[in-house]
Amino acid sequence: MSLSLRRKMIPWWFAAPGLVWLIVFFAVPIFNQISVSLMSGDPEVGFELTWSFSTYADAVRDYHTQFLRSIGYAGLATIIDLIIAFPLAYFIAYKAGRFKGLLLLLVILPFFVSQVMRTASWQLILNDQGWAVARMQDLGIVSDGGQFLATGKAVVFGIAYNFLPFMVLPLYATLDRIDRRLIEAASDLYCSRFTAFRKVTLPLAVPGIFAGSLLVFIPACGDYINSSILGSSNTTMIGNVIQSKFLNVLDYPSAAALSFILMGVILLGIALYGRVLGTKNLTELAG
Amino acid sequence: MTTVPETTQHPAATGSVEQRDICLERVHKRYGDHVVIGDLSLDIEQGKFYALLGPSGCGKTTTLRMIGGFELPTSGRVLLAGDDVTQLPPHKREVNTVFQSYALFPHLTVEKNVAFGLERRGVDKHETKKRAKEMLELVQLGHLAKRKPGQLSGGQAQRVALARALVNRPRALLLDEPLGALDLRLRRQLQDELKRIQRDIGITFVHVTHDQEEAMSMADTIAVMNKGAIEQAGSAEDLYERPESPFVANFLGTSNLIPVTVEQGGADEFSTVRTSDGHALRLLRNRMWNLKGEQPVAIGVRPEKVRLWGADQTPPEHDNVLPAKVLQATFLGVSLQYALKTAGGQELTVIEPNLVGNSKGTFGPGQDVQVSWDARQTFVVEGETAGA
Repeated sequence: MSLSLRRKMIPWWFAAPGLVWLIVFFAVPIFNQISVSLMSGDPEVGFELTWSFSTYADAVRDYHTQFLRSIGYAGLATIIDLIIAFPLAYFIAYKAGRFKGLLLLLVILPFFVSQVMRTASWQLILNDQGWAVARMQDLGIVSDGGQFLATGKAVVFGIAYNFLPFMVLPLYATLDRIDRRLIEAASDLYCSRFTAFRKVTLPLAVPGIFAGSLLVFIPACGDYINSSILGSSNTTMIGNVIQSKFLNVLDYPSAAALSFILMGVILLGIALYGRVLGTKNLTELAG
Repeated sequence: MTTVPETTQHPAATGSVEQRDICLERVHKRYGDHVVIGDLSLDIEQGKFYALLGPSGCGKTTTLRMIGGFELPTSGRVLLAGDDVTQLPPHKREVNTVFQSYALFPHLTVEKNVAFGLERRGVDKHETKKRAKEMLELVQLGHLAKRKPGQLSGGQAQRVALARALVNRPRALLLDEPLGALDLRLRRQLQDELKRIQRDIGITFVHVTHDQEEAMSMADTIAVMNKGAIEQAGSAEDLYERPESPFVANFLGTSNLIPVTVEQGGADEFSTVRTSDGHALRLLRNRMWNLKGEQPVAIGVRPEKVRLWGADQTPPEHDNVLPAKVLQATFLGVSLQYALKTAGGQELTVIEPNLVGNSKGTFGPGQDVQVSWDARQTFVVEGETAGA
């Protein structure tokens, strides 16, 4: 092998472990599951590849409610997280000083406990006779005598709670990287503090908003833990459907088809979202 | 949003020429126990190019930032055009800044960067576009209007920063080491350009720099700062020919400083001083106006004002003369640089122009010589010369 060829090969050697990983653990399962989704049969006699695209049509027909609900819940939770996380990330980046590291640790600290355990704790806190629900009744968030658990609100709350750090961290990283002198320059050019925020800080935070939203929205769409612990049969999300098809009913083709429809919907959503925020800006700023 | 009154003409075109534009009155700035600026006052006339010159950490940037409103003085007042603006935030001050790092907005095009200030002040769209375009032409960057700052070279970014500030027609432009990040050739070119632009538009420039040559070539007035105070302010010539402190004498160029004691003056325009080893030297009496009489005093002379003579030669009458020994002679092409030591142990530097073109008529190490200079070229500084 000539020296120049060997030189050209070097980057490939570096990439090799990652590529192998992707092929074995991503590409192979994806193609496997695509073929599963096109099979027909039942657990008793086994499944066979019959190119039955009707599984997809049936899935959409039977579960479009759960799809829409998942997207709605995930979208709401993403918006709530954005509203909570932006001021928090801003505070950590600009005002926390030497407590930065500690505050960031606190943000991710809940992750040291299993998600199921954390969500189950909320089940206790939010029980119908509890203090939290009584206060929410006072505030009119929950109707008198009503409950919070087993409602869509509780599921959205649970999702927002569980995925908050995924919003805080990218926002923090983006805000922290903004050159403070740009804010000075803005104030030199007749911006009040608020205008400087609106015209400089916010546009420069767009990549963080985008990244955080994706990191919350995508897993939230497929989430089933919050719905099963904090929700009811009226709050079933598509994740719950997939889980039950796969583990309980053993209808593998439907489970696979639902997963791919969800994937398609999310990809479409991201593309639209990116368009709204300006993909050109995103790629340029990220670079 | 607050609007700053729109000036339709440059202040210089309407105001009186001698008007004080920027004024700091007894300004102090402390961070905790650390004194950054101690009792600093300055007046800057309208339309002048004013340089704050000093080593890093001398407080020059802090001074500029107090004029711009980015730092609040611990005590003292800041006046712009006679109005007390000490407590006003930057966006309410009629000055604009060119930042050392340029601080161009990375998410906006060059054109939008330049238009930013006008848009914030609510200047109408058509006018904004026109003025931004004109300003970009002035700094010769019209062709880059659609670029993003990330796609510019250092010199181009510097020009955009200048245009972005000037387009607002500020009362004064504040420049914080604007050329510091550029290579030497580009720096010289932009110095000329800055000076030209300042002359053309006639507004006050306050320029912070640590480069003495830059300050001397551009500024009408230079304030030399050291340890949070202005050591001396004046024209380049004032500072170079008549420095009043050892710091100024050595920060602008180099000086030979010789500790002396002052004697009674004669009948003519000269006063006499005496070196530690007893040699009498003369200087113009009016150079001694600022001596307070308690601190040690040294006289100084610039290396290029001194001539060398052989021990057997006779220096011009009335010149100040000192015997010395050559320690080292260095051929620099354009000049010859000598390191000398006087009989009293004083080290001197002499720079002679390379007039002869061969080694004849030059002096070598160990040779006894006489140094002489015109007594009128002697200046006097007060204070310790140690380390100077």
